[in-house]
Amino acid sequence: MNWFVRFLTSSIGKKLIMSLTGLFLCLFLVVHLAGNLQLLLDDGGEAFNIYAYIMTHNPLIKAVSYGTYFFIILHAIQGIILAIQNRKARKSKYSVTVTRTTGTNSFAARQMALLGSLILVFIGIHMGDFWWKMKSGQTSMEKYDSFQFEVQNLYEKVDATFANEWIVLFYVISMIGLSFHLLHGFQSAFQTLGLNHSKYTPFIKGLGKGFAIIVPALFALIPIYYMFIK
Amino acid sequence: MKLNLKVWRQKGASTGGKFETYTVEANEHMSFLEMLDVLNEQLIAEQREPVSFEHDCREGICGTCSMVINGHPHGPMKGTTTCQLHMRHFNDGETITIEPFRSNSFPVIKDLVVDRAAFDRIIQSGGYISVNTGQAQDGNAIPIEKDLASEAFDAATCIGCGACVAACPNASAMLFTSAKVSHLNMMPQGEVEATQRVLNMINQMDSEGFGACSNITACEAECPKEISVKNIARVNREYFAAVLASEKNPSK
Repeated sequence: MNWFVRFLTSSIGKKLIMSLTGLFLCLFLVVHLAGNLQLLLDDGGEAFNIYAYIMTHNPLIKAVSYGTYFFIILHAIQGIILAIQNRKARKSKYSVTVTRTTGTNSFAARQMALLGSLILVFIGIHMGDFWWKMKSGQTSMEKYDSFQFEVQNLYEKVDATFANEWIVLFYVISMIGLSFHLLHGFQSAFQTLGLNHSKYTPFIKGLGKGFAIIVPALFALIPIYYMFIK
Repeated sequence: MKLNLKVWRQKGASTGGKFETYTVEANEHMSFLEMLDVLNEQLIAEQREPVSFEHDCREGICGTCSMVINGHPHGPMKGTTTCQLHMRHFNDGETITIEPFRSNSFPVIKDLVVDRAAFDRIIQSGGYISVNTGQAQDGNAIPIEKDLASEAFDAATCIGCGACVAACPNASAMLFTSAKVSHLNMMPQGEVEATQRVLNMINQMDSEGFGACSNITACEAECPKEISVKNIARVNREYFAAVLASEKNPSK
């Protein structure tokens, strides 16, 4: 077998793919959140709609977005393959299962595949709610004085979608799932990369916990704000 | 103290197994294995088949004893092997579930005895240093920094019992393999073959059918020698370097 293929299909190679794609997706979350927080501005959606226009028309951002789709799919497929292979490594199950852990959240660590699947379903529904409606031109057009082009009014769609309490509930549950996924995933990615160091690991673990709580909480704040506050 | 035991009974690798319940009168000063000895004498007196389990030194240093007690490999006490686990940690009248280490790579031979030869094959693939035998060298011939020596020794305390595999939800052997790679690769004597060692041992580990490591850290939590998952990170680093930066490939 070719050495590189053998590397990527080795147990450590597979985990490396999970680690690198996972960290990339963490970066994506930050950018996505920064953009979405404009939905909390009291400007009738002007800043957000202009931002959405730029994100869908800048060729560099478009290229990055295709990379993001690819990494989401790669992370999901590799994760599912690993989960199946790992389950198969123990065909006869224990009658008593207790998982003690030392450096991570035990529930999150054991249920990464389940949490990941929830997030994957969420991404599908979330893209159907907004991405698809924008792509298929189901939005009205809006012209702002501050911007030279006519832009799609995605803000209107957000407002309408988050008027449905079931969608809001599903979004909030998904963000709790994401929080647990990140709680294990963030620090685990560094361990996989071989970065376990007495000087840096406590910082990475602290950062991971903060990231896992703050980022999903801010995402969840948006539908909650539209439903109850705005 | 009176105990109810739910013990896994299995005739051989190819047959299925099931739990059987026994009542045993034990003393709180007995070790877990001594308690099982009492059970077996009782079974023999009743002309029934005794429970097969592995043991050797009964001092917590050989790694022969195994079994999963109430969901914990080597029982619920931290940093303790089954032979060093004492009955005073259990309550009178308690029901204790005893199962073998479960992993496809550790097939059950009989009852609580599993075949851990997969570990031997991992060691055979690189868990050694190639030196000519002869007179032992002077202990201080090769200077080694104390901290490094201690770290290598911590990894070397791995007794190869397989509790890491038994504890891991993925039945991964990364803690064992990483401890064995680490304790040699950190030492000047082991450094000579370090690259080939990590390639061969990881390759052998993968071909034995163990699961992949998800950094769950259940291995470290259950390890009777409290081997650190830092060794796993170290081996990942060394594996990346060996694959990407060296000319070497696994030997087979």
